[in-house]
Amino acid sequence: MEPLINIQNLTVGYDKTPVLEKVNLEIFENDFLGVIGPNGGGKTTLLKAILGLLKPMSGEISFRKDMDRRKKSIGYLPQVRHIDRKFPITVFDVVRSGALMQNRTKITGTEIKQKVEEFLEETGISSIGNKAIGELSGGQMQRVFLCRALISDPKVLILDEPDTFVDNRFEGELYKRLSHLNKSMAIILVSHDLGTISSYVKTIACVNGDLHYHCSNTITQEQLNGYNCPIQIITHGEIPHTVLKQHH
Amino acid sequence: MSSITELFAYDFFQKAFLAAVFASISCGIIGSYIVSRRIVFISGGITHASFGGIGLAFFLGFNPLVGAVLFAVFAALGIQFFTKVAEIREDSSIAIWWSLGMALGIIFVFITPGYTPNLMSYLFGNILTVTTAELWWMFLLNVVIISFFVLLFNKILYIAFDEEFARAAGLPVSLFNYLIIILIALTVVLNIRVVGIILILSLLTIPQATANIFTNDFKKLLLLSSLFAFVGAIAGLFISYFLDIPSGAAIIFTLVIMFGIIRLIKHFLG
Repeated sequence: MEPLINIQNLTVGYDKTPVLEKVNLEIFENDFLGVIGPNGGGKTTLLKAILGLLKPMSGEISFRKDMDRRKKSIGYLPQVRHIDRKFPITVFDVVRSGALMQNRTKITGTEIKQKVEEFLEETGISSIGNKAIGELSGGQMQRVFLCRALISDPKVLILDEPDTFVDNRFEGELYKRLSHLNKSMAIILVSHDLGTISSYVKTIACVNGDLHYHCSNTITQEQLNGYNCPIQIITHGEIPHTVLKQHH
Repeated sequence: MSSITELFAYDFFQKAFLAAVFASISCGIIGSYIVSRRIVFISGGITHASFGGIGLAFFLGFNPLVGAVLFAVFAALGIQFFTKVAEIREDSSIAIWWSLGMALGIIFVFITPGYTPNLMSYLFGNILTVTTAELWWMFLLNVVIISFFVLLFNKILYIAFDEEFARAAGLPVSLFNYLIIILIALTVVLNIRVVGIILILSLLTIPQATANIFTNDFKKLLLLSSLFAFVGAIAGLFISYFLDIPSGAAIIFTLVIMFGIIRLIKHFLG
């Protein structure tokens, strides 16, 4: 099977300082990859490279032929903390901006409008469509940006720490929704919360200057020690969680 | 009331009225963009840097607005260059261009032989002395700004809101940013005659603050800001005429009072 995204020997960073070196990673259909690692370890850098926001210093990122050449059929949910909440824009317009990522196939303004309304309805936020983003709660913001990421019917969904500033109840809903979405798209999820991540993702990449790929969602103590992932496993009262197997 | 209708019979007043209309539209739209993207300080830098061009034009004897346009565009690109290529902090590079332009302007005016009669009108504006040629330029600028925003509204909005997302979607973000910074430079310079270099930031921010009381929708903000700018400019124009005080200052004063009253009404009525 040909991977949707194929990363070969990728070195990438800012200015002339590499943050990630010699990374290899393949993303296949229906993958659910959790990306963990310390702050500054290169999690967001990896996402930016995949999105084409950072040019590789060396190595290559290639996409399967049916991934739209320029827009790459990727849905992207950025860290909400980077959003200017005072910007005068309505929920409706934010979601509609996701249609920018749409494949080349022509889609009319009315069709986009209908689609936005459908997505808002489906996500249970149609009542706030005309609100400014500044008036939303953390959970509502997250849902709006998830709608924006999904409206282009992506083949790969990329989420950068979607669980920050969100309460437990919404976090549970989010992961349930992601499991469902995973049936029709590959998901790459960056998180600092390993406890949650390991109960939903299928595979894990540990990023800290380089990348180590684990073909299961259980994290061993050895992995934690070896790659200096600063992970605390937090127990969530209302969230299903897994107690990890002891490594032998 | 009859004196107002009589006023419109005067050629200079008709021109002033048209200047107020053009200034409100261009400043309403460009100002909303500036405020939303939080680049008011950059715009201040560009404005003040343009004084260098006015000074140079006085010294060499050509049209001061041409000099101002050159310096404003140059400063706009210079600020970007200093920040991105020379890696100087953005606010510092703005301050450098801001003061460099003013300094050059003062030097040129000083070494220009004789008295420079119009200097005050460039610093503080005088809407009552706008010429027909300047009106045509303002009209042209309005056509360009309105077409740009009508044709590319969604793209402008999406880039302004989330540059990174727009870049990932393959929009030519840098090109848009350069085009808009040039439009900002042109807007600032062509409206210098209305309220002057020192006061132009007011037309780019106060009507927007007033409009922001009523809406958080970018499109409505553009329209409402233009409307409030228009009301303020016209009211200021009349006040300036009847009280015989400088027009630029009268317009700003009106804009601020209008903002204050509306904000208070909103506060007490919820």
